[in-house]
Amino acid sequence: MEIKKTSLNKLHQSNNAKFVEFAGYEMPIQYSKGIIEEHKFTRSNSGIFDVSHMGQLFIYGDQSLTEELEKIFPLDLKNLKENCSKYSFLMNEDAGIYDDLIITKIEDGYLIILNAACKDKDFEILSNLLGSKFKMNLDNNRSLIAIQGPKSVEILNSIINGVDQLNFMTGNWFDSDNQKLFVTRSGYTGEDGFEISISNDKAEKFVENLIEKGAQLIGLGARDTLRLEAGLCLYGHELDINKTPVEANLRWAISKSRLSNGGFIGSKKIMNQMQDGASQIRVGIKPEGRLIAREKTKIFNDTDKQIGEITSGTFGPSVNGPIAMGYVDKEFSKVDTKILLEVRGKKHPANICALPFYKKNYVKGVN
Amino acid sequence: MSEVKFSKEHEWITLEGDVATIGITKHATEMLGDIVFAELPEKGSNVEKDGTAGVVESTKAASDVYTPVSGEVVDTNQSIVDDPAKINEDPEGDAWFFKLKIKDTSELDNLMNKEEYDKFAKETSS
Repeated sequence: MEIKKTSLNKLHQSNNAKFVEFAGYEMPIQYSKGIIEEHKFTRSNSGIFDVSHMGQLFIYGDQSLTEELEKIFPLDLKNLKENCSKYSFLMNEDAGIYDDLIITKIEDGYLIILNAACKDKDFEILSNLLGSKFKMNLDNNRSLIAIQGPKSVEILNSIINGVDQLNFMTGNWFDSDNQKLFVTRSGYTGEDGFEISISNDKAEKFVENLIEKGAQLIGLGARDTLRLEAGLCLYGHELDINKTPVEANLRWAISKSRLSNGGFIGSKKIMNQMQDGASQIRVGIKPEGRLIAREKTKIFNDTDKQIGEITSGTFGPSVNGPIAMGYVDKEFSKVDTKILLEVRGKKHPANICALPFYKKNYVKGVN
Repeated sequence: MSEVKFSKEHEWITLEGDVATIGITKHATEMLGDIVFAELPEKGSNVEKDGTAGVVESTKAASDVYTPVSGEVVDTNQSIVDDPAKINEDPEGDAWFFKLKIKDTSELDNLMNKEEYDKFAKETSS
């Protein structure tokens, strides 16, 4: 199959991107400054991320669509206000996760942002569940650009006036350069920022404009170190079909009002696990010293019993040390529990720690 | 000091008497990206030609460091363990990895000179 390219591919090339294949797309892993510089620039200034490979699924419908989607997602969609977003999951009957996603209520339906590697299968699953009653469009004509970091609000507002009035996890349509953009205040870095849905033919000029105002392109490498410092899950690593939201320590994302009656796919398992707890749970892990424990590193207790496995591990540029996330047996999941990580045949000490590794406050209550 | 020689695994080596100094090349650091971890062989241990003698990790992945010659480890550069970013800054100078007391200087014969290595690096990275 031929590798797919986003509408910003030429711009990445002219900015000396190193490319990798990701979910069938040719995507920039880094630019000339490298992952650490890009990471730090995002934390201190404003980074631009091409996330156009992600799926933008528009589903159109009225109240009956809301009712159907409540049978799928563990969310109180009836009480979700227009232009408000929620983090959620597409699950199977065993509450195994097909994908994690952001769903936003828009005027004439819902916009769901899906992971690139999952989007086609998600579309198929949702089409089967919803039938032909509602118009669904997995929109390939729109690019998705994220701008993240403390200076992003000022930079983006100088191009799209009014985005500074958005609260975190809300969005709206804005007019810019004779077209309608959908902007949400959200992101995947632990920083304040925005995601902009824009038609493919306008994307390059829009990003060039952001660069002119002082933002810089950031690759997937720094996106990964940023999200890991922020304690955020990456599908295919922390989350997959064999993990449930309770095991992933994401019970906050399940609407409380949906837990009494269930009625969504996977609700039985979720309700059981909420009551009894899951046998394994996702935790933050801080290796001692400088040792980096990568994905699939085995986790042991002090009597040499394997108690879990790392799902993501790297060097965190802002915390200036190694960080990881993984799953451990419930009895070892308490903060400050001492564990051992097997790297290159030797066991190294580490500690269970609270997430996130790096914390900033998101913008609330601007209006 | 002898002429700098290079291996296909992207190590450089210089010889002074029977003590060789070994590090990784600038080209290797450019391929790896930001280096955030380094592990060196133990002083006093013996390493075998083409065997692993250390590890470097970038933000992206871990890579083995090989030794182009056999010998006894007589010194290691602790400063790159404490501050691995030094490896990106001066890979072919201050950021050497380890020194070996070698027995067989003929092991250096098959290594590349600078010109040969530059050509090799260019061909293999494109």
